[in-house]
Amino acid sequence: MSDRWSAGVIPYAQMGYWEPDYEPKPTDVLAAFRVTPQPGVPPEEAGAAVAGESSTATWTVVWTDRLTANTHYQAKCYRVDPVPGNPEQYIARIAYDLDLFEEGSIANLTSSIIGNVFGFKALKALRLEDLRIPAHYTKTFQGPAHGIVMEREYLDKYGRPLLGATVKPKLGLSARNYGRVVYEALRGGLDFTKDDENINSQPFMRWRDRWLYCMEAVNKAQAETGEVKGHYLNCTAGTMEQMYERAELAKELGSVIVMIDLTVGYTAIQSMATWARRNGVILHLHRAGHSTYTRQKNHGVSFRVIAKWMRLAGVDHIHAGTEVGKLEGDPHSVAGFYDTLRLDHVEPDPAKGLYFEQDWVSMPGVMPVASGGIHAGQMHQLLHHLGEDCILQFGGGTIGHPMGIAAGATANRVALEAMIKARNEGRDYLVEGPDILKAAARRSRELDMALSTWGDVTFTYESTDVPDVVETPTVV
Amino acid sequence: MRLTQGTFSFLPDLTDDEIRAQIQYCLDKGWAVSVEFTDDPHPRNTYWEMWGLPMFDLADAAGVLAEVVACREAFPERYVRVMAYDSSLGRQTVALSFLVQRPSEEPGFRLERSEGPDRRQRYDLRPYALDRPAGERYGSAARS
Repeated sequence: MSDRWSAGVIPYAQMGYWEPDYEPKPTDVLAAFRVTPQPGVPPEEAGAAVAGESSTATWTVVWTDRLTANTHYQAKCYRVDPVPGNPEQYIARIAYDLDLFEEGSIANLTSSIIGNVFGFKALKALRLEDLRIPAHYTKTFQGPAHGIVMEREYLDKYGRPLLGATVKPKLGLSARNYGRVVYEALRGGLDFTKDDENINSQPFMRWRDRWLYCMEAVNKAQAETGEVKGHYLNCTAGTMEQMYERAELAKELGSVIVMIDLTVGYTAIQSMATWARRNGVILHLHRAGHSTYTRQKNHGVSFRVIAKWMRLAGVDHIHAGTEVGKLEGDPHSVAGFYDTLRLDHVEPDPAKGLYFEQDWVSMPGVMPVASGGIHAGQMHQLLHHLGEDCILQFGGGTIGHPMGIAAGATANRVALEAMIKARNEGRDYLVEGPDILKAAARRSRELDMALSTWGDVTFTYESTDVPDVVETPTVV
Repeated sequence: MRLTQGTFSFLPDLTDDEIRAQIQYCLDKGWAVSVEFTDDPHPRNTYWEMWGLPMFDLADAAGVLAEVVACREAFPERYVRVMAYDSSLGRQTVALSFLVQRPSEEPGFRLERSEGPDRRQRYDLRPYALDRPAGERYGSAARS
């Protein structure tokens, strides 16, 4: 024991951060890290270093640890497993006592767990793969402002995915022209249209003008269809005060939904989630910037962790990828993200990249949003992979329709309803999908045109982020 | 106009066989199916009139379809919808909702604007049918 407190530098593993016999408590926060140690650093020491640097440790022994119940506050690396097929990497599991974290603060949780440790020199690379948030901690967060069930009741839309589109071009349209796209897409059959992540308040279109024209479009489309419609007004701004101002006007104008970008930061997201619940407005989150740290498998934070944080933080929608389309999305990983966002109880499943059991203790689910290069011709695949509780956003696949935006929207809605109807009738819709669409297209010129324009478009690139146990990346 | 509430409003109106297949899907899922009707299709009119209680214990789609037919016969010029309710923990909400009858004419909605300060518009959505008293809103057969 005296060695432990001698001044100088000793291995983290000998400071108590490696404890292979430790039995995690039900109240612990558990983390799974993908560790790539520098040559010569044993995996247990690497795991212990991560535990140390993400909890109490610094690089050298400090006597002031002895003023605390230090073993209680030390995170413990309790298991290290080699990664199949990759001799450089290990999965280190670490337990953190609940006392290390402030109630209801994603900022505090992340400052601990990903705060310093990712730049640590003894590691070549480090990735946070998954977290188990204990029920005791989960209950200190607000969670989704409304959640999937309340959103559906609020919109009066059941039994099918919701449909949306992002207004394109993302930059340059004046407010008046922008509202035209919103109106056409909504009257044509979409439930939602959306500001893109980088449309905030620029010289070509100030936010207030966009609000007014978009709400004109939303109201007109509601009158023409008798349905509830919405446009995600992006409140992202330079300060919290500006975001509140924009959200307040959106509410006063009767918008059912507002949006923010992931780039505003965790605390701002939690503040907006509180605002959204207090004001009865749905909160959409665009995961702008996430690929800078989620995409590469050896370093960063897996999106399944971001998804977990955002469910705790309290958003109602989050972009969570698709198997088909132009953006990164391994089917197994994406299934894991969707489970994390929607289910009340998630079992560990290595094939989906889920390392821990996660109990959400009745916290409402978040609606996952699928977008990026998807079109009506993929409807059977989208429904098969993503299920019913999601939002399918066809931007180019609506606005690029040769007969116009409203026709593009109609094509998507007809394709979706035809597929839901066929599924409910017990048909093998994944196999028969193209036939179901063709049959529906015989009664919808809009869908017929969409299929002949985009029917064969696919993006078949291998994914970079594939669970370890899945040997071959799947291309859909 | 064509009211596009409900899950299948962009498809041709469902035949009775197609309605029966959807009801069977709901019953197989363990959902309680109910029938509702209205002459006020405002999208915020949540509470349509109930044609009896939700059929919690019915397992036969033909029986539910018979209630659909009876409701349509009693109110030939109303909107009628089939609702399926999922009472399982974590849902406890409507699982599927689709129209099974529309009035012969659908006059649609009037959008009224009134000028507010700072270029704001206040919008009010009003079904044209509501200009007439309840029971006389749709068609000549709407005397029920």
